[in-house]
Amino acid sequence: MIDTSFLASSLATLVKGIPLTVQLSMISVSVGAILAFGLALMRVSGNAALDLSARAYIFVYRGTPLLVQIYIIYYGLSQFPALRHSFAWPYLREAYWCAVIALALNTAAYSAEIIRGGILSVNAGQVEAARACGMSQALMFRRIVLPQALRHMLPAYGNEVILMIKSTALASTITLMDVTGIAAKLVSESYRPIEVFTMAGAIYLLLTFIASHGFSLFEHAVTPDRRQPAPHRPAEPPETLQHG
Amino acid sequence: MAERIPEPVPAVALSGIRKSYGSVEVLHGVSLAAHEGEVISILGSSGSGKSTLLRCVNMLEVPNDGTVAIQGEEIRIDRRAGRPPRPSDAAQVQRLRSRAAMVFQSFNLWSHLTILENIIEAPVHVQGRDRKDCIAEGEALLERVGIAAKRNFYPAHLSGGQQQRAAIARALAMHPAIMLFDEPTSALDPELVGEVLKVMRDLAAEGRTMLVVTHEMAFARDVSTRTVFLHKGVIEEEGSSADVFARPHSERFRQFLARA
Repeated sequence: MIDTSFLASSLATLVKGIPLTVQLSMISVSVGAILAFGLALMRVSGNAALDLSARAYIFVYRGTPLLVQIYIIYYGLSQFPALRHSFAWPYLREAYWCAVIALALNTAAYSAEIIRGGILSVNAGQVEAARACGMSQALMFRRIVLPQALRHMLPAYGNEVILMIKSTALASTITLMDVTGIAAKLVSESYRPIEVFTMAGAIYLLLTFIASHGFSLFEHAVTPDRRQPAPHRPAEPPETLQHG
Repeated sequence: MAERIPEPVPAVALSGIRKSYGSVEVLHGVSLAAHEGEVISILGSSGSGKSTLLRCVNMLEVPNDGTVAIQGEEIRIDRRAGRPPRPSDAAQVQRLRSRAAMVFQSFNLWSHLTILENIIEAPVHVQGRDRKDCIAEGEALLERVGIAAKRNFYPAHLSGGQQQRAAIARALAMHPAIMLFDEPTSALDPELVGEVLKVMRDLAAEGRTMLVVTHEMAFARDVSTRTVFLHKGVIEEEGSSADVFARPHSERFRQFLARA
């Protein structure tokens, strides 16, 4: 039997884990995106050493389980005395920062390939037109390649962000009280896993729905060229309409 | 001593251009100069090297040998052995490219920018001109090529003919010393060719310097001042368009005309 009043009370408890889940997602995705951009640039740089190091990074982080990566960072780093005495130790001994670091490093590997794919998908003619009018590499990248790459990579990147929101659940394995951490604690106290985990799942569903909807809206906003010109928005600005 | 009248500096001078891809040489030492006000049509069957020649002018292809000069300034090329040739001074190439605007077969308007944004992009960001001036000028150019009403549309919303006219306006907006046309009508439906050729005729009539790779025989014969016929990487026939079409010397050019 499902106990509806327990359902409601466990939801109320689980909701307290949302800020941590959202924080872990947002910080790791933001940091990961910056790292990914750097890695993608290394991949397309044409410099063999940079390309190879980025490839090696991506190979390792994509090829090993996130949970193992979290354990290595959380449990493993304390084996190094140099680290224990470094300025970073106050952060590295915190489960919170270990989770953020592990998640960010992991998403960076996947996102780098998504960004690289976006950059490579830009039509050669678009690049050629930019070169032919005298753009420098940097200007061309900023004005033509990047805006178009962004449009191409948004669907895949939105997917990656959703995966990351769900991956934050692994942070509960290193003592963090995110939505999943609270759920596990509730279950161990109540022995009612169905109610608790169903509610936890519903919370993740809501978060991923918001994220995917946000990405859809953003994609819509930056791709007016994929739609027919809107009939309610005149293509001509008002002052020229009067000419007929 | 007789005083010599100095030769005017050509808008573009190509000299002894050789270009290879791997072991295949597609241009075997081609020389060609375009003086101010000249409209030169470059004809040739596919594979003759005509587009490659045009792309050597703005270094979209870097010739393995020979020189390219735009308004008398020779483009410096790094031809150290063991790697593909490339311009030695990127800034120089960028500066000269903005004087030799190119119109492509597949238009290549930037898909994420509106038509007007396409036109002001290079004047504002490459040439550093005032945005307001560029917008006013861009609107006038769009008016001129007959698509002023489309200025806030995206390229995907325009027909091929309209896109190519926008691309011509984009090239004009840079105030180029020479315009390079790479088969500008070849990707168009037959009924759209006329509107683009009309714009090009108008440009020729106002004395623009143009280098046009084309399959349009009527344009070459009636509009261009000179015609060059390229065959297998060498110039087979060259002269004033009237002469070349009335009295072709080369047998190959005669055959080419007969097939066209």
